[in-house]
Amino acid sequence: MAQTAVGGNKKKAVNFLSMTGLLVIFAAYMFPFLMVVINSLKQKRDIIKSPFSWLFTIKGLSFDNFVKAFTQMDFLNAFKNSLIVTVSATVLVTLLSSMLAYYIVRHKNPVSKISFALMVASMIIPFQAIMIPLVSIYGGTLNVLNHRITLIFMHTGFSMAMSVFMFHGFINGNIPIALEEAAYIDGCTHTQTFFGIVFPLLKPIISTMVILNALAFWNDFLLPSLVLTDKKLLTLPLSTYSFYGTYSADYGTIMAGLLLCVVPILALYVVLQKQIVNGVVAGAVK
Amino acid sequence: MKSKSNGKDFCVFALPGLFCFLAVVIAPFLYGVYLTLTDWNGVSSTKNFVGLRNFGEVIRDAQFWSSLLLTFRYVIFVVVIVNVLAFGIAYLLTRGIKGQNFFRAGFFTPNLIGGIVLGYIWQFVFSRVFVSIGDATGWSLFEASWLSDPGKAFAALVLVSVWQLSGYMILIYVAGFMGLSEDVMEAASIDGAVGLIKLKNIIMPLMMSSITICLFLTLSRAFMVYDVNLSLTGGAPYGTTEMAAMHVYEKAFTSREFGVGQAEALVLFIITACISGVQVYLTKKKEVEA
Repeated sequence: MAQTAVGGNKKKAVNFLSMTGLLVIFAAYMFPFLMVVINSLKQKRDIIKSPFSWLFTIKGLSFDNFVKAFTQMDFLNAFKNSLIVTVSATVLVTLLSSMLAYYIVRHKNPVSKISFALMVASMIIPFQAIMIPLVSIYGGTLNVLNHRITLIFMHTGFSMAMSVFMFHGFINGNIPIALEEAAYIDGCTHTQTFFGIVFPLLKPIISTMVILNALAFWNDFLLPSLVLTDKKLLTLPLSTYSFYGTYSADYGTIMAGLLLCVVPILALYVVLQKQIVNGVVAGAVK
Repeated sequence: MKSKSNGKDFCVFALPGLFCFLAVVIAPFLYGVYLTLTDWNGVSSTKNFVGLRNFGEVIRDAQFWSSLLLTFRYVIFVVVIVNVLAFGIAYLLTRGIKGQNFFRAGFFTPNLIGGIVLGYIWQFVFSRVFVSIGDATGWSLFEASWLSDPGKAFAALVLVSVWQLSGYMILIYVAGFMGLSEDVMEAASIDGAVGLIKLKNIIMPLMMSSITICLFLTLSRAFMVYDVNLSLTGGAPYGTTEMAAMHVYEKAFTSREFGVGQAEALVLFIITACISGVQVYLTKKKEVEA
């Protein structure tokens, strides 16, 4: 009896210690975000004098920085560009890669075997090893840079291998061929069978891939920076970059601008937290 | 009949995706290999075949090798710290603590935000907030901005990358810990395995598949770091924090030496592929089934 009590106390103490440790680390993790939020509401003078001070020590908080950042970054336009690129590329890659993976699983011919092997092998090639020839082909010979559609096409191509790999694994393990055979007997064409029967069954892996791809597209900087230079087409990371270059001394505005970039994703994260976390884990562990 | 529908199927299902992939990944990759054999500057219409001269340039490019060396140092620090930290936090998180999901989601937050924005956030923290802490407390550590001193700027890069990457690895390690069988853990405790012994002999081997994934992900991400490098330090002070990926970019698009830049990119790729390959081989060998 006494022993269990001691054991319980010890356990409690250990739990208390680990909880405290976690909280400290967690606070350190959140510290930069806190700094951005606090300083985005201050005047430049106050930021330079004491970036660390809390709001109530300052004369008053103001939302001027947000207004300034919103207009100077052309936030709405950049947000719209990011949204168009991310949504189109995500839809495109989800459709094309699931169809391609389906074809590869169901047709064991040399072409599908070779394509699959090529895709798996290509996943180790980092973007940096391709970017220079990519720019020289699409910028020089074809001259199609500076179009949104080019960026969407490239996003699709770059995430194809990984997506096909994931869909391939899922279809192989979870979609019984008997279902499709039944559909064929009932007179369905291949296209009807895929979109009517197989595609709906892919829902779990589709949500994983949509989350992974959309996050990557939304945040990507290097590829869009190579493809887009026209100011009207810039995505959020690009416009943040050029905005920062122009106003780097204007801390309040900068902080407000950074916060504006972060808020849309965080809002989505609060709503879809569970799906995003599960999606990312599923994507990595495969 | 079968072969006829096969051809149509191929065009409908496989061709569009395959075309995107080949046009964006494979064609540029092969063209890139060809580019390394020319003296193209990115603008001129003529490319002269120069054989392996670009690779000779790569060997003579001292800046490339110093950036590569720096990248190695960076990768070692980041990979070790990220994995130890993430493993530890995941271990604490899976011990029946309240609010596990909240912590897990919170730690992951930096991963949702692009490297450019993260770099700028931290640039402010290092150049303003820390300096003002230094002014207030007199700590010499924070006296001047970390970003103006080569050694400390490097430390800043490591710190930010650890901050960014560890949340992702925490997720994977937490999934690994949750997958550990209760029975095995209980059996180990009954057999008297506690504390570090349990960690070393029971938990580590069973966690090896998570460790393989995390090491692979951190290795490949750290080797290719660009966004954070660009926005946090931009290579400053005096190019002392310019990593290999950034050097390749500068070589091709600023110095306009496409051939040499691409040759350096290939060298970087081969090194990364070899190191990741060896790592996966070594850690996979240690994986066991419960």
